[in-house]
Amino acid sequence: MKTPANLDLPRLQALHALMWRIRAFEEAAIAAQREGLVLGAIHPSIGQEAVAAGVCANLDRADLLLSTHRGHGHTLAKGADALAMMRELFGRSGGTCGGKGGSMHIADFGVGMLGANGVVGANIPIAVGAAQALRLRGSDAIVTCIFGDGAINRGPFLEGLNWARVFDLPVLFVCEDNGFSATTRTAELTGGDGAAVRAESLGIPADSLDGNDLIALDAAARGAIAAVREGGGPRLLHCKTYRISGHTAVDPATYRPAEEVEDWRRACPIDRLAGTLEMAGIDPAALNDARRAAEAEMAEAMAAARASDWPDAALAFADVQDAGDPRERAF
Amino acid sequence: MARMSYLDAGRRALTEEMERDPAVWALGEDLGRGGVFGQYRGLQEMFGKDRVADTPISEACILGAAVGAAMTGTRPVVEMRFSDFALCAVDELVNQAAKARFMFGGQSRVPLVVREPIGMWRSSAAQHSQSLEAWYAHVPGLVVLCPATPADALGMLKSAIRCDDPVVLMEHKNLWALEGEVPEGEHLVPLGRAETVRAGRDLTLVTWSAMRQPCLKAAEALARDGIEVEVIDLRSLWPWDRDAVMESVARTGRLLVVHEAVAVAGFGAEIAASVAEALHPQLKTAVRRLGAPRIPIAYAPPMEDEVRVSEAKIIETARAMLAPERAG
Ligand SMILES: Cc1ncc(C[n+]2csc(CCOP(=O)(O)OP(=O)(O)O)c2C)c(N)n1
Repeated sequence: MKTPANLDLPRLQALHALMWRIRAFEEAAIAAQREGLVLGAIHPSIGQEAVAAGVCANLDRADLLLSTHRGHGHTLAKGADALAMMRELFGRSGGTCGGKGGSMHIADFGVGMLGANGVVGANIPIAVGAAQALRLRGSDAIVTCIFGDGAINRGPFLEGLNWARVFDLPVLFVCEDNGFSATTRTAELTGGDGAAVRAESLGIPADSLDGNDLIALDAAARGAIAAVREGGGPRLLHCKTYRISGHTAVDPATYRPAEEVEDWRRACPIDRLAGTLEMAGIDPAALNDARRAAEAEMAEAMAAARASDWPDAALAFADVQDAGDPRERAF
Repeated sequence: MARMSYLDAGRRALTEEMERDPAVWALGEDLGRGGVFGQYRGLQEMFGKDRVADTPISEACILGAAVGAAMTGTRPVVEMRFSDFALCAVDELVNQAAKARFMFGGQSRVPLVVREPIGMWRSSAAQHSQSLEAWYAHVPGLVVLCPATPADALGMLKSAIRCDDPVVLMEHKNLWALEGEVPEGEHLVPLGRAETVRAGRDLTLVTWSAMRQPCLKAAEALARDGIEVEVIDLRSLWPWDRDAVMESVARTGRLLVVHEAVAVAGFGAEIAASVAEALHPQLKTAVRRLGAPRIPIAYAPPMEDEVRVSEAKIIETARAMLAPERAG
């Protein structure tokens, strides 16, 4: 393997550490689900960490991000606090949403993360509207909307991309293509060549990328985000990756051969970046430290989340709506 | 007071709110040409294409974009053209708009208004005539408004725009041309407040939207026979003015609810059940509801009329509700 020239080593090392934090968060969350601490469904993103890290590393804090049901990595990469996230998965007080959303509705508006979504594709229209609002308010922030390969077969994908184009909105669309629509291969369900060509057919410039190559993703995201920020209208990145974990934490994923999973394990985006960094002279011990630090951070988050209080049940009546008291004589 | 149509009152409401607050903007199909009914006439010239946006025929994206825009510091007013087309955006309204504030633990509000023209109008047939207000009243997080007069079309749209919750504002197509008195200055109608349109001691008639007028006419006809009907225009379905309804029925002992929507699982059922539960000992007769039969709305007038609740039917039902007591 040849080491690319002009690598920004401190940046890449930070992204390597971020990918480990995502991996460690997911592994802790899976373990916590086995222990019965994470109650509802979670969709881990093990193997897909480079997409979250490479895209979000190029966003400013004021930029907005909309994610998917598989959104832990995106949320961490946008800057949310791991403990608050873990508490949300545990349904505890102090969670990002006070325990009201759980994994599928994780959100941290404080860092511009406007939510995962339990409805596939639903965040695409929401993202274009957020971009329209930014423009109306004279903001120069942009919106990034990540969705899976399955989402491109829902109507809101067409409606949202067309909308972003006709209104020339500052949106970066990212198709995080892990090959599966839940437990069925997306290729069997999709006409044509997928996200990038569909975007191009609507006049949106699109790039197809190796979603496990952090360095390439980082560069492509930087370029696309700069173009969007300069007012060039929407862009799309189609990132081909693979979900090593099951669709949910309890999915044994028997619908694919073990060798296929093994091949992708060998293509792990974190190991791949580590290899490049080592060749560039970074001490392997430092890279290992990043992993250990991430695992320690998430183990601590898990312990702290476990020790956190349940939310007060009366909060179920808070934040429903202003007009009309939800407690009002319902019966 | 000025005389103005229901349609112009809505247009005035939006104009005033857009002048008052730069965060207010409108989006929907054909708004640049005034909207299908002319409710937006002149607004794009006044406020520009960014604030009166002509959208693609993408109902899901119209409403979804409004959710994103509402969470990002603006107050979108969404035009759905016909309430029937809003069904293409049910996920965006029910799963997204209505739930975002709660689901995210109060991190965001979704201050948007969805204008949904409802009701029977000029042989519009099954896909352009529905009154589905009860569906939305069923969904936690939504506010549901059904103005019946020009003054309310003005004051309720203005209040809806200022509300931090997602509001479904159902304007009746058959009322667009209705003229009425409208206050000159700032006019806001508080959400959740009914209007007692006519006082009466014998029977409480609760209605909303385009059924307000036949109900009033029926009440006048009954008054000629000495039956005094109290007519309450509910105006707001969620929140609904329980106090006004209960106070009235406690006095009259009789409740009749009249709406254009299908009677089965209509909002009249909610009112009837609430009154029956709370006031059973005070009721002089069983509560009654009048609504449409559970059939799609037909095109041909004789068949279309089968779903209409007529003035005659209201009069007949009210008389029957008073009859046993009178006989005895
Ligand atoms: C509208 C809708 N339909 C179905 C589902 C159930 N579901 C949850 S995740 C998922 C797969 C989505 O595939 P993709 O968009 O590729 O994302 P991935 O799970 O692969 O990350 C499905 C079908 C849903 N949540 N929303």
